[in-house]
Amino acid sequence: MLRTWLLLRVALRAIARNKMRSALTVLGIIIGVGAVIAMVGIGEGASQMVQSQISSLGDNLITIFPGSHMAGGAHSGAGTRSSLTEQDAAAIGAQVPEITAISPVARAGAQVVYGNQNWATSIEGGDPDYFSIRRWQIESGTGFNESAVRGQAKVAVIGKTIADQLFQGVDPVGQTIRIKKIPFQVIGVLEAKGQNSWGRDQDDVVIVPYTTVLKRLTGTTYLGQILASATSMEALPQATEAITQLLRQRHRIPAGQEDDFTVRTQQDISNVMGSTTKVMRGLLAAIASVSLLVGGIGIMNIMLVSVTERTREIGIRMAVGAKGWHVMMQFLAEAVVLACFGGLLGIALGVGAADIVRKTANWPVLIQPEAVAGSFLVAAVIGIFFGFWPARKASRLDPIEALRYE
Amino acid sequence: MTPVIEVRDLVKVYGRGENAVAALRGLSFQVGRGDMLAIMGASGSGKSTLMNILGCLDRPTSGSYLLDGQDVGRMTRSRLAQLRNERIGFVFQSFNLLPRTSALENVELPLIYSDRFRGSVAPRARAALELVGLSDRAHHVPSELSGGQQQRVAVARALVNEPSLLLADEPTGNLDTATSREIMEVLCRLNDGGMTVVLITHERDIAEYARRVIVLRDGQIVEERVGGRSPVTATAGG
Ligand SMILES: Nc1ncnc2c1ncn2[C@@H]1O[C@H](COP(=O)(O)OP(=O)(O)O)[C@@H](O)[C@H]1O
Ligand SMILES: [Mg+2]
Repeated sequence: MLRTWLLLRVALRAIARNKMRSALTVLGIIIGVGAVIAMVGIGEGASQMVQSQISSLGDNLITIFPGSHMAGGAHSGAGTRSSLTEQDAAAIGAQVPEITAISPVARAGAQVVYGNQNWATSIEGGDPDYFSIRRWQIESGTGFNESAVRGQAKVAVIGKTIADQLFQGVDPVGQTIRIKKIPFQVIGVLEAKGQNSWGRDQDDVVIVPYTTVLKRLTGTTYLGQILASATSMEALPQATEAITQLLRQRHRIPAGQEDDFTVRTQQDISNVMGSTTKVMRGLLAAIASVSLLVGGIGIMNIMLVSVTERTREIGIRMAVGAKGWHVMMQFLAEAVVLACFGGLLGIALGVGAADIVRKTANWPVLIQPEAVAGSFLVAAVIGIFFGFWPARKASRLDPIEALRYE
Repeated sequence: MTPVIEVRDLVKVYGRGENAVAALRGLSFQVGRGDMLAIMGASGSGKSTLMNILGCLDRPTSGSYLLDGQDVGRMTRSRLAQLRNERIGFVFQSFNLLPRTSALENVELPLIYSDRFRGSVAPRARAALELVGLSDRAHHVPSELSGGQQQRVAVARALVNEPSLLLADEPTGNLDTATSREIMEVLCRLNDGGMTVVLITHERDIAEYARRVIVLRDGQIVEERVGGRSPVTATAGG
C-alpha cells in the first residue's frame, strides 16, 4: 500500500513538474469526455422531447386514414380517397372492446372572419370525444355536446393562435365568427399545444362538430380520419387488428386485396421517431468516441516523448534499484492519472457545455449518469491502454545506456 | 570473513567480431570489509567498465564476480536491481540527481524501491542528509545547490539504504580542489564508520585518501600499492 502510494506520488510529481505539457496532453481526453457527455445529453434530450410531443398527440391514440399505406409508412392520397364513413366510426366504437373513445374527423380549409379581421386556417370537425382523445383541455368556455353534433350546430372551439390573431384582447367566447359566410358562435378556447415535432402550429385550428363540416362546409359524407383511444398502450396492437378486421369486413375487401384504409397508432409513430433519434444519438456518441480515441493517442504520443526525454532519469532510478516493473508502474500510473484527471475536467466541460446549450439554445439536454461514468471509465482504460507501450519501452531500457543518455 | 568484492579473471568485451573491444582483460582482486580502494588509470583503461560491473549495472563477458560471496554473473535483471538497491550505493562524476526534485526526495529515491525501510522513508533520508552536513538544504532543488553540495546529496542518496559497498566513479571529477577535499573527507568518514568504499580517480592526491590503490592499463592491473591511510586490520584481500 505504501509502495503503491510512493510510486503514485512519483507520477504525481512528474505531472506537477510539467503542468503545461500535462495540460496539453490531456486536452484530447478533456474534449473527448466532454463531447461524449454533452452529445449523449443532447441526443437524450432530443429523444425525450420527441417522445413527450408524441404522447401529447393523444391518449393511446389510434388514427385511421382512408387509402392504403405504401412502403416507407407514407399513405397514398390520405383524405382524397373516400372510404371512411360515420357508420364505420360508430361500428368501431360499438364492436371493438379495446376502444374507449372514438371521434369521426372531417376537415376543411377556410377563411375565418371576425369583424374586419380574417385568417386562413383549417377547420376540423370532431365529436365531443375529440378533445379527450387528443388530450386537449379547453382553457375557457366549453366544448360541444352530442346534441350539437346531431343538430349540426354552428358552434366553434378555437385554437390559441386563432384567438390571438382574430380577437386581439377581446374575450372570444360568445363572439360570432364567419366561416364561408356562415356565422358560428365561439363557445370555447383551447389551451396552447405549440408546434408539433414537424414544426406545424397545432393551435392554428378551429374545431366544430364533424356533422357541421360534412353538411354545411364540404357537402360530402366521407370522413378525413377517424380518431380513437385505446384502453392502454399495450392494447394498441390488438385494437389495430380488430379495427382492420372490422373495416375489411364492412368494406367487403376480398382476402388477398389491400386495405382501402390505414391504421396508425401512437406506438408506430413513437417507434419511427424513436429509431430516428436512436440513430442520431448513436452518431453523436460515435463522433464523441472518436475524439476520445484521438485523446488517447495524444497521451501515447506525449508519453513516448516523455520517456525519451527522461531516459537519464530512468537510468538514475534503475541505478538506485528500480526494477523494470517499478519504472513501468511509474509511467503507467502517470498515464492513468493524466487520463483520469482529463476525465474529471472533461466531465466538468461536458456538464458546463450542456448547461450552455440548455440555456442558449433552449434545448432540453439530459445529462446521462451512464455517459458520465462510462466516458470516465473509458478515459481511464485509454490511459492504461495507450500508456502501456511507452511504459514498457521505459521499463526495458538498459541502465548503463540510459545513464549515459544526454 | 568473506570479502565484499571478489573478482576472478574478469573479462569484458564490447561488440563482436572485428569491432570487438576488450575493455577488461582478466582482472583478479578482492576488497575486504571496511577497506577503501582507489582505482587509477589513464582514460580508456577500463575503470568505468569495471565500476559498472562491480555496481551490478553490467555483466562481465567471462570470469566471476562475487558480491558478499554471491555470484552475480547469472542473476536476472530484476535480481541485479535488487542488489543495487540493497547492497550498493553509487556516486557519479556528474552527480546524476533528478532535476527539479528536492534534495530530500533525491535521497529518498532508493527507499522507494526498497522493502526494508517501509514507513521510515522521510526520517531516514533526513538522517542521511544530516550525515553529509546538508540538513539545512533538504528542500532545495539541485539547481539551487553548489557542485559540492550536489555531490553530497548524491553521497547521502548512496548511503541511505545502508549498503555494504559504496562505489564512486570519479566523484571529484567535476569539483574544484577545496570541494574535492570536502567530498573525500565525507567518504573517509563513512569508511571510518565501517563502510567499504571503492572509488575511481585519475588524480594521485585523491587516491592518497584510500587505504589501497590499484592501477589499470589496457584493462589489466599493472600496479597494486598501499594508499595514504593505514590499511584496515580486517582486510582479507591484497
Ligand atoms: N559501451 C561501449 N561500447 C563499446 N566500447 C566501449 C563501451 N564502453 C567503453 N568502451 C571502450 O572500452 C574501453 C574502456 O572504457 P572505459 O571503461 O570507459 O574507460 P575509463 O573509464 O577508464 O576511461 C575504451 O576503449 C572504450 O572505448
Ligand atoms: Mg570513465
